[in-house]
Amino acid sequence: MILGLTWLVAFQLLGEVTVRLLDLPVPGPVVGMLYLLVFLRLRRPAAGAPVLRAGDGLLRHLQLFFVPAGVGVVAYLGVLGDDWLPITVAMLGSWLVALAVVGWTAVGLERLLGEPRDDQPRTAR
Amino acid sequence: MTSAADTLLEVARSPLGLLGITLGGYQAGRWLLRRTGDHALAQPVLVAVVVAGGAITLLGVEYADYRSATEIVAFWLGPATVALAIPLHRQVDRLRGFVVPLLVAVVLGAAASISSGVLLARWLGAEQALEETLAAKAATTPVAIALTEPLGGIPALAAVFAITIGIVGAVAGPATLHLLRIRDRRARGLALGAVSHGVGASRMLREHETEGAFAGLSMGLSALAISVLLPVLALLLW
Repeated sequence: MILGLTWLVAFQLLGEVTVRLLDLPVPGPVVGMLYLLVFLRLRRPAAGAPVLRAGDGLLRHLQLFFVPAGVGVVAYLGVLGDDWLPITVAMLGSWLVALAVVGWTAVGLERLLGEPRDDQPRTAR
Repeated sequence: MTSAADTLLEVARSPLGLLGITLGGYQAGRWLLRRTGDHALAQPVLVAVVVAGGAITLLGVEYADYRSATEIVAFWLGPATVALAIPLHRQVDRLRGFVVPLLVAVVLGAAASISSGVLLARWLGAEQALEETLAAKAATTPVAIALTEPLGGIPALAAVFAITIGIVGAVAGPATLHLLRIRDRRARGLALGAVSHGVGASRMLREHETEGAFAGLSMGLSALAISVLLPVLALLLW
């Protein structure tokens, strides 16, 4: 477990260094993700490799790691005050617009380029 | 008797107590998710935020103190984000024939997210500082904070908007994609990662590995697209 976590932290560090040296506008862990992907493509570790076990273990509980930031929302609720209506509509409205734009563009271009793969998921809950 | 209650409150307000409340809230969320047969509202992140947020309000703990007590939990977000490469590695074959649709969709989505958020807020009479704070919300939280400051918005509030829209995506994402009739798993992951970043990816990972993998990729690419497009669109919008 610790060996795998060490790998993940090492790729995160590599990402942080890259972001700072090149002054990139994305977070270090996102660049670290890219490095890990390249590493996995090149080395193709076996199914039970420490880095895969540790990574899968963390991803199972990805939601937990957002909780401290999420509690900040509760702390801020009072500040919204009179602006709650424009905030709520702008948030939900633009979320829906962008969700549809990304989804429909991707599916539409796929059809246009001749490689549609409609794998119908089971009915939504 | 009162001294025992005081001791209990003191322990609850200690860093360990706050950490326990956070982990307990998360486990309660997981239990609720199983009990309700994966009900969309029973997202562990949402349940834990309600439990811990309610607890610090009742206990009179400042958010800054709560935040430093739970830094040990938030820390793992970095390595977990790196780990999003793992589902992508397993799904890399599914990138074939999807690279162009993917890139075009992410760029259009970033532009749509920024401009529709700003214009909707303006239409409803929001102040300019609020419009600027809403612009970057679809980006992952650290990017939203970094982009909001030079724009003239309020960075702390931008973080709140980003995390909120993430939780909205975790709750409503799959059902909304169903209503929009988007059935390709790659497009579904791509769309939710673009609007609800890592929190959206966390929901998609539980739905299907392909959806989770593309949501993680989309979170990274969208952060980049929003960073590049926001200064350009700002010239047009304000």
